[in-house]
Amino acid sequence: MEYEPVIGLEVHAQLKTKTKAFCGCSTEFGKAPNSQVCPVCLGFPGSLPVLNKTALDYAIKVGLALSCKIEEDTKFDRKNYFYPDLPKNYQISQYDRPLAYAGYLDIQTESGIKRIAIKRVHLEEDAGKLLHEGNDPDSSYVDYNRAGIPLLEIVSEPEINSPFEAYQYLASIKAILKYLDVSDCDMEKGSLRCDANISLREYGEKKLGVKTELKNMNSFKAIKSALDYEIKRQSQILRDGGAIGQQTLLWDAQEEKTHPMRTKEEAHDYRYFPEPDLVPFTFKPDEIQKIKNGLPELPNARLTRFIKEFSLSNYEANILTSDKHLADYFQKCAKNYKNYKNLANWLIGPFLSELNNRKIEPDDIPIAADSLVRLIEITEEGAINNLSAKTALGEMFNSNKSAEVIIKERDLAQISAPGALEDIIKEVISSNEKTVSDYKSGKANALMFLVGQVMKKTKGKANPNIVTEMLKERIQNA
Amino acid sequence: MENKKELFRWTAGEIKQNKTNPQELILSLDDRINLIEDKVKAFTKKPDVLPDAVPQNSGLLCGIPVSIKDNICVQNEPTTCASKILSGFLAPYDAEVIRRLKVAGAILWGKTNMDEFAFGSSTENSFYGPTKNPHNLDCVPGGSSGGSAAAVAADETIMSLGSDTGGSIRQPASFCGVVGLKPTYGRVSRYGLIAFASSLDQIGPLTKDVRDSALLMNVIAGYDPKDSTSVHVEVPDYSKILGKDLKGLKVGLPKEYFREGMDREVKLAVDEAINILKNKGAKFTEVSLPHTEYAVAVYYIIATAEASSNLARFDGVQYGYRTTNREPRTANRLIDMYKASRGEGFGKEAKRRILLGTFVLSSGYYDAYYLRAQKVRTLIKRDFDEVFKGLDCIITPTSPTAAFKIGEKTDDPLKMYLSDIYTISANLAGIPAISIPCGFNQEGLPIGLQIMAKPFAEETLFKAAFAYEQETNWRRIRPTL
Repeated sequence: MEYEPVIGLEVHAQLKTKTKAFCGCSTEFGKAPNSQVCPVCLGFPGSLPVLNKTALDYAIKVGLALSCKIEEDTKFDRKNYFYPDLPKNYQISQYDRPLAYAGYLDIQTESGIKRIAIKRVHLEEDAGKLLHEGNDPDSSYVDYNRAGIPLLEIVSEPEINSPFEAYQYLASIKAILKYLDVSDCDMEKGSLRCDANISLREYGEKKLGVKTELKNMNSFKAIKSALDYEIKRQSQILRDGGAIGQQTLLWDAQEEKTHPMRTKEEAHDYRYFPEPDLVPFTFKPDEIQKIKNGLPELPNARLTRFIKEFSLSNYEANILTSDKHLADYFQKCAKNYKNYKNLANWLIGPFLSELNNRKIEPDDIPIAADSLVRLIEITEEGAINNLSAKTALGEMFNSNKSAEVIIKERDLAQISAPGALEDIIKEVISSNEKTVSDYKSGKANALMFLVGQVMKKTKGKANPNIVTEMLKERIQNA
Repeated sequence: MENKKELFRWTAGEIKQNKTNPQELILSLDDRINLIEDKVKAFTKKPDVLPDAVPQNSGLLCGIPVSIKDNICVQNEPTTCASKILSGFLAPYDAEVIRRLKVAGAILWGKTNMDEFAFGSSTENSFYGPTKNPHNLDCVPGGSSGGSAAAVAADETIMSLGSDTGGSIRQPASFCGVVGLKPTYGRVSRYGLIAFASSLDQIGPLTKDVRDSALLMNVIAGYDPKDSTSVHVEVPDYSKILGKDLKGLKVGLPKEYFREGMDREVKLAVDEAINILKNKGAKFTEVSLPHTEYAVAVYYIIATAEASSNLARFDGVQYGYRTTNREPRTANRLIDMYKASRGEGFGKEAKRRILLGTFVLSSGYYDAYYLRAQKVRTLIKRDFDEVFKGLDCIITPTSPTAAFKIGEKTDDPLKMYLSDIYTISANLAGIPAISIPCGFNQEGLPIGLQIMAKPFAEETLFKAAFAYEQETNWRRIRPTL
């Protein structure tokens, strides 16, 4: 029997404020352990939190971008539990009155656009980091640099029905956070984290099955793999007539399987109560409106505009707008280059694959838009062929040199003059008699082989169109 | 004027007026401490100020020694909350009130004893042993700021800072015959005060007279951006209100406070004080604060709930006491360490309150206890809002009895909790209240008069208290040690 997966995602994103949520310490990543701490974020006795207004503004922006309602009277609460990475043994979080609630997010699925409801968005403080190092098995180290960094928790309703949808949902959240410029969303550095709830039910069934909670998924790929794995695991149990046990599972990316967390660690009563060190606060509708008016164009709006303004397909526009910086780059190029379709093909094809191969985020594109446009134009003019253009592009990523310089230095200019090709074509025809006769007897593919031979002898520089024409003519006239 | 050799008996006002030599003052106080501290035991850390270390500036408290309750952080000094769990802890920063004292030129004059984490009304719950009442060494000084009150009463210091969560400044002030003020919630920064119950705690002065109380408030009161609960309300010069007459002052006597349970001698002393104030022009009316009977219950839910969370940080991980016992008891060595460190580090009353607070916040009990207590707290606050529409202040005894014997109530926590029955409401309502001496019982123990006013009306308290003080001579009756 096939089951329908029901998935809810809980996303945590660090906000990229300069200072922490409740003190003036820097949030910079990668500094020496415990070098960015003070009595407040270390939870020293007598210290008191003071809310970082920028963190609050960022959180409201996200709430609005996810079409949430904004709570006008809100407050912080204490979530109480003991763990060494939590300096006060409580986390300042939000419980019953989150900043934003009841929103939604439209994602692209195989069968078109799907709307996923967002349950809540709230602001809290991050914990420190435990490091299990050294020789003493009974000791661990704690780095509190991360403790107190503002963290946004975004919780979806359980309306995601496949690992692919989960992937798309997370990608859309990431895109929005980056469009808003409020988070780095780097899963490797932990500035974007995601937990999942997953249960199965028979198709058509309305009631939810027993869910498990998946943690420790540290990449987009891990989320997909972990969900795939868990769907298989739960299906097998159900098919065998068993029952799913509610538990928390940790994804092991090395072994590609989940391990149950020790049950004792989940038996928490967090004893939430209002944080008495921070006063409740109120948003006036005009303050919210002001933030709303200041929101930038968001991914879905840009997608629609790209389709209209640049006559792109949904597929093309979707890829280009999935990342703010890539979309910005397209727009910059499009200012001086009007063959948008060709531009889109360039960016989605060779350009993105260079980025991916080199693990460069679109935030850090090293080639100026003008330089790329010049390369595209040169190619279009016929000065180099497509193959050489790709070589030149790679070189531009390496060296920061202009297309013209690279073509000259690497001798990539396309050979289009028949005079320069005449001898080579003759030689190829005479040394491939069998192929020539195949072509004559009607095998069209044979000609392509001969073209390939010419290209080989010219080190890829010959103009393939001219070579084809010349070959046809010479064979016919032979 | 008093004997020159007894400089330690002076108030800050007298010291300023006479331009007393600070070195001589320090030596005089040192002698006094050497003579009597072994009997009183007011300090967790005795003053160790060198006479040349006296600040030279034109600050309001230049050269005035101020003793600090040991739950207020002083940079690089031990701050123990009179608890084993903070043994060895050096505060890495100054509390805001300490910063202000330093700017004002005050001399920090030792750390004073208290009930562990301010949990108590007798200063018997101290890891360092009890403080004695200077008026009778067999009696408690009250608490939790018992060390601060006793040090002032015994003339071991000129003035001191305490903290008041449910009466912890006013009740010991009453028991020791000194002046103690709990300011309006938000009037004095809590930054650097090790929290007991964050929504109730306030730092305030314990002094020999009302003038000194106003003087110390002039230094410590005011908005602090480091404390989100401190309030942006202008601070008047409290000294200027002293001496204004009381004509037309409308005073309420809440009938719920003058029922059974009040000691007869306390009642007589308070009645006598009322007569004096009447003669000064104050008008008295009986008023009702109908939710008074719930105050103690509400307090012990809210205060313990907040305390259970505030004290969670004392876990042996970063600072303070960590168990030396490394015997594994369970599979989880971390939990072993937590349990042993907290089990060995906290005293009995601290454990009792952590348990209570954890219970009232637990899922399934939260609505019945914590949430309901918050609602009743709002009702208690409204009672005060209502009566203050027609009143300037309210007068009650500070405590139903004078100081009790050491050990008398240690086995009966409920009885102990009831000694704060008159003081708790001011914390729940966030209003200011002062305790001033208003007589002695037949055993020679001081009795305190409490005056409460509306939020940020500390001036009213000082005006009334000063007028009363001028008509009486209680301050001149010093303990014989």
